[in-house]
Amino acid sequence: MADLSKSVAIVGVAESDEIGRVEKSNLQLHAESAYNALEDAGLSMKDVNGLMTAGTSTINLGEYLGINPTYTDTTAVGGSSFIIHIAHAVAAINAGYCDTVLVTHGEAGRSARSRAGGNASDAGPQYESPYGFIGAPINYAMAARRYMHMYGERRVRQGMAEVAVATRKWANLNPKAYFKDTPMSFDDYHNSRWISWPFHLPDCCLVTDAGGAYVVTTAEKARDLPKKPVYVLGAAEGHSHGVLSQMKNLTRTWARYSGPAALQMAGVTHDDIDLAMIYDSFTYTVLATLESLGYCEPGEGPDFVANQRTAPGGDFAMNTSGGGLSYTHSGMYGMFLVLEAVRQLRGETGERQLDDPKLCLINGTGGSLSSTGTVVLGID
Amino acid sequence: MTQAYNKPLPTPQVESDVYWQKAKEHELWLRSCNSCGNAYFYPRDISPCCFSRDTEWVQASGKATLYTYGIVERAPHPGFVGDVPFVTALVELDEGPIMPTNIVIENPTPENLVIGMPLEVVFEDVTDEISLPKFKPA
Repeated sequence: MADLSKSVAIVGVAESDEIGRVEKSNLQLHAESAYNALEDAGLSMKDVNGLMTAGTSTINLGEYLGINPTYTDTTAVGGSSFIIHIAHAVAAINAGYCDTVLVTHGEAGRSARSRAGGNASDAGPQYESPYGFIGAPINYAMAARRYMHMYGERRVRQGMAEVAVATRKWANLNPKAYFKDTPMSFDDYHNSRWISWPFHLPDCCLVTDAGGAYVVTTAEKARDLPKKPVYVLGAAEGHSHGVLSQMKNLTRTWARYSGPAALQMAGVTHDDIDLAMIYDSFTYTVLATLESLGYCEPGEGPDFVANQRTAPGGDFAMNTSGGGLSYTHSGMYGMFLVLEAVRQLRGETGERQLDDPKLCLINGTGGSLSSTGTVVLGID
Repeated sequence: MTQAYNKPLPTPQVESDVYWQKAKEHELWLRSCNSCGNAYFYPRDISPCCFSRDTEWVQASGKATLYTYGIVERAPHPGFVGDVPFVTALVELDEGPIMPTNIVIENPTPENLVIGMPLEVVFEDVTDEISLPKFKPA
């Protein structure tokens, strides 16, 4: 593969005007986010010639936004889609199909909850939904139960609690977080109600209304824009299955391939990374992802996150926004991993700002632990 | 008893008509690949193991072990409200494949659901057309 590391940069990021409980349509959330991200980038809609999204088609989105892109991508593989779009933007810009890509997300996950029926010939509607395999908590709970069986229920429970509590502490520092003003202790975690055993409520991500967008352009153009360019150093993707029952190993995600590939493209190692933004649809997702990425061996995730290591002040900075667990999660959360990574690298995150981070690894997970996208971002 | 069944129902497809017809007769059938000798789930004409067209239907023994499960406390769909807590599970059939199902068990607790426990297939006739293979402790 050609050396495309550092050839493009993310130059604008934003949420919709408000996130949390917002009575707005999905496309309204897309449009507000696009407006705000372009403003952040110092660009206008007429500069955009590449359009990418998931959850709706770019023909609907382009029409709504009033633009006619020369390059379009509706890759929709769950919440990781918006991480994978970064890799696709790298490819499209370098191939010359476009030079400035707008990627948007908008989902009224709380206000307009839908239970998608899907295509009747897909495995989900035919073989899983009739048994109540509906929605992520139920599917991921079964994967987590298998992981507990392999690596010990008590220590896995503790690891899941560590992630939930540490992530909440970050949310308590984020003015935009859904749980900004709601602390959570270990006791609160253990005393909370069950959703699908082994998941307590705080093992599960939020369901919010939220939009987000980012803008990607060439490294050359990025240097003339107002904000510090955040370069894409590495990007990789892939998927291993669709429905949970077709996942061959419930404890290992495709991050075991996309992680090393993205790091290799960036020419850096795990130890070089200052911030890990790890898709936390569930506490379990974080444990399985850290292991799959190679931060630790299979089954060592609970030890890796022990003693609030990922909380503010800990020595492994992770999910500093408060994550899908405590900041926001509209349904496809990947977009928001990118927003926080860019803001941390630019030094814009106020009370929760890390000390001069240079490199961030983002890992998105979509579907039923089905797809992953890993990206390494860096600044000069 | 007379209340209409309101959980999601499968829509049998050309490639799975035999599976659902056999289920209605309270038999569990799988597709098996003659190229590599593996039975697989779910039924597809061309095998996912080696993408071979040399495949056939085989009857499964109905014996399985519990691979993993969850105990659902919050109904994911109006049709399941009266069922909570209920057990979603992946079971490993004696023939090799893993399939999604429910465990039919009186008192679903982690203590009563031991990974690796032997199970056997039972069929629930949910409509005139559809019977769902489920599993109970053997």
